[in-house]
Amino acid sequence: MTVTAEIGRPRARKEDARLVTGQTNWTDNIQLPGLVHVAFLRSPLAHARIASVDVSAARGAPGVIAAFSGADFAAEQGSLPCAWPVTPDIVMPAHPPMATDEVRYVGEIVACVVARDRYAAADALELIDVDYDPLPPVLDMEEALAEGSPKVHEAGNKSFVWPFVQGDIEAAFRDAPVVVERTYRQQRLIPTPMEPRATVAAMVGDEITLWTSTQVPHVLRFLLAAVLGIPEQNIRVIAPDVGGGFGSKLQVTAEEFLSVLLTRKIGRPVKWTESRSEGNLAGHHGRDQLQRIKVAADADGRLRGLSVDLLADMGAYLMLVTPGIPLLGAFMFNGIYKMDAYSFTCTGVFTTKVPTDAYRGAGRPEATYALEHIMDDLAAELGVDPLELRKRNWITHEEFPFTTIAGLTYDSGNYEAATAKAVELFGYDDLRKEQAARRESGDTVQLGIGISTFTEMCGLAPSRVLGSLAYGAGGWEHAAVRMLPTGKVEVVTGSSAHGQGHETAWSQIVADRLGVPFEDIRVLHGDTQVSPKGMDTYGSRSLTVGGIAVVGACDKVIDKAKVIAAGLLEVSADDLEWTPGRWSVRGDPEQGRSIAEISLATFAAHNLPEGVEPSLDSESTYDPNNFSFPHGTHLCAVEVDTETGQVKIRSYVAVDDVGVVVNPLIVEGQVHGGLAQGIAQALYEEAAYDAEGNLLTTTLADYLIPSAADLPTFVTERTQTPSTTNPLGVKGVGEAGTIASTPAVVDAVIDALRPLGVTDVQMPCTAERVWRAINEATGGTR
Amino acid sequence: MTKVSMTIDGARYDDDVEPRLLLVHYLREVAGRTGTPIGCDTSNCGACTVLLNGLSAKSCSVLAVQADGAEITTIQGMANGEWHPLQQAFHEEHALQCGYCTPGMIMAAADLLRENPNPTDQEVREGLEGNLCRCTGYQNIVRAVMRAASASQGAAS
Repeated sequence: MTVTAEIGRPRARKEDARLVTGQTNWTDNIQLPGLVHVAFLRSPLAHARIASVDVSAARGAPGVIAAFSGADFAAEQGSLPCAWPVTPDIVMPAHPPMATDEVRYVGEIVACVVARDRYAAADALELIDVDYDPLPPVLDMEEALAEGSPKVHEAGNKSFVWPFVQGDIEAAFRDAPVVVERTYRQQRLIPTPMEPRATVAAMVGDEITLWTSTQVPHVLRFLLAAVLGIPEQNIRVIAPDVGGGFGSKLQVTAEEFLSVLLTRKIGRPVKWTESRSEGNLAGHHGRDQLQRIKVAADADGRLRGLSVDLLADMGAYLMLVTPGIPLLGAFMFNGIYKMDAYSFTCTGVFTTKVPTDAYRGAGRPEATYALEHIMDDLAAELGVDPLELRKRNWITHEEFPFTTIAGLTYDSGNYEAATAKAVELFGYDDLRKEQAARRESGDTVQLGIGISTFTEMCGLAPSRVLGSLAYGAGGWEHAAVRMLPTGKVEVVTGSSAHGQGHETAWSQIVADRLGVPFEDIRVLHGDTQVSPKGMDTYGSRSLTVGGIAVVGACDKVIDKAKVIAAGLLEVSADDLEWTPGRWSVRGDPEQGRSIAEISLATFAAHNLPEGVEPSLDSESTYDPNNFSFPHGTHLCAVEVDTETGQVKIRSYVAVDDVGVVVNPLIVEGQVHGGLAQGIAQALYEEAAYDAEGNLLTTTLADYLIPSAADLPTFVTERTQTPSTTNPLGVKGVGEAGTIASTPAVVDAVIDALRPLGVTDVQMPCTAERVWRAINEATGGTR
Repeated sequence: MTKVSMTIDGARYDDDVEPRLLLVHYLREVAGRTGTPIGCDTSNCGACTVLLNGLSAKSCSVLAVQADGAEITTIQGMANGEWHPLQQAFHEEHALQCGYCTPGMIMAAADLLRENPNPTDQEVREGLEGNLCRCTGYQNIVRAVMRAASASQGAAS
């Protein structure tokens, strides 16, 4: 049998068949007999005490089945869980899914209506009477920490302080020839997957099924049981087709809890689907940090020390992993560079805004942005090319494995190779010449070049590391391989896909490992009854953790098949050798059995060796020993119109090293999408609040995710340095583009304007902001 | 309630609807054509795009009663025995990830190619400005539309 390697092949995806024909099973598509619709009434005030809620008029409205306020759930709703108490003394306030006494952000749920259809439910919300006593909003982190600030929670506005010091930081800064100190702002973002959140909950007997647009069905099932006290075996969570997540659906939400409680209360299946504006108001946001960063260097640019002091906006409550997100950045602020000392402090601050939590990259984009930005600022201070400064400080390829100042051991990488390839594709030297010429001639359109030599940590995560960081769960992943009698294969994965292409990539892995055709494999996921164990999909972990579990399960199938093949062939198992798809007698390859033949013989079970159970099915749970560390060099050229502030991306080159690539089509797609989101942070997106704490960007008319016309054609390439910490050599790719691109774009904008005296532009770099930065720097003389 | 009658993907539907019912809700919840999803409430995202009498329309910004008598094609009516060239091209060029924007993107692209069978990359980008995708960065969508355009050109000549 000729076997073509599936790993590395640009397979068009299996998933597409249902997606391009409209047969997709989104949660909102689900219809059940007797299904009724839920609408939530949300607080119009950022901060207020609830004096009273009267739902009686709503209860009598046409089509209404029930209406409830927080008081109706007080005895059973518990508190939404935060799984990451990052310090022993963290302030972790109660977070009732439906507010009972006080609301702390615009959009917090105060009541709900259940009605025969969604229109009737929405109508009846208008009949609910809530009496609020307004309290002062708390919107600015520095003001929130100031003495005398109004309090978001009784315990105060500081949730935690998390310090981390490595090396002698004072010595590094003492008498340092060059010190650059900056404050950058990571604006608040709204993740905005195209599918809004939705739930359907139904109870039959004592079994509750929750369909929900989630990234984490397994985590959710566990927490529904743990918090609400519903026996875990009676809960089934299904993530049907999920239309994107980007971290926003790595959450355990009030709406999910309340859907479960509602179906239990009223005895009918319930559906809730948010509108986009409801999602912007109430789904968690991302980023939102104030970054005070300071770097010390020798005169030749060698880094001595880096000091980071973060304020991270938690919003009003701590959600699933809210406090841990900025801390993921703690290990990434040093990036690919060597230095003598490093200090990091993060203060988590409560404000009366929507809670923040994971958004694509989760802590690493924030760190990478600040680091790459200050590297450019340092290069400008020293008068050296920013690429040269990076070369003087990065870990060279001979130095791997390398333990960084933050304590992580990077297993592999080759920053020189990725950079050389990017520089060539970009035409770096020619662009620098053009830049010089434009500066010389005083062109009104200036050219800027941005550099991002980034790395990230993927494959969350070794369970012992998570434990040492006080995270509430492990970081393993589970897989099972089921051999069907006809030789076809079912693969069960705990990774819960929502657009990534697991069904295709996992099929490729299994096809190679077991030597069965790609088409003969079906991948099952996203239903706790079908895939009972899992840690789900986030943090670029699916392939590097979940994919390795699939490999482990395949290997166990092969081992079991060996024993059975030996029995069938009446030879010793020691005399058999495996070629993908077949066990055969060493030296006599004609004597053998294909995996399909062994599957059928196992199904029949007529003459299996004594004591061998009639099953090839196998499972594996993989806990990684280390993270993986994708890296790359991204180069961006922008043209900035100095008269209007308009920024145009002229070219963008991304060279990524994500280790071994299972499916280059999928990898390229992940890079493209990641770039779009990172560029969007740099140029377009911001969740803005007014002085009263109202979100101003509740729709896609105000929150500007880019369209096709707003983005350039990207040049993407790869270098390949296999990871040495997993058997596939893979590293993860889901977040790389987002992490790398934001600093590349912003640094390019600033690079264009440095001769005018501009050293920073607050993201997003809109034309107005760029124009103002120019005007401020030049005193309006331009 | 108002009586409406329309043809959806080749089949005739007659129903009594509330005058305020959006066409997209009619398609999804009355006619059971759930292939057309909803991505926003301000007609910015284009996920709900269908062909209304052959022209692309965002079905969230049309009332069902306004579509009385119309002929509507949704993503579920695009394949005719075999996939439409755009469906094929989206698959082959990996122009979708989560796939939520895909029905609207394909319907908008169909109208774009009807108007301009031989577009440039930039014309595709501008023509699809009303359809938002959060996964792909659009590059492969542009490629797919260009591929479908040349496939259709090839078929026509």
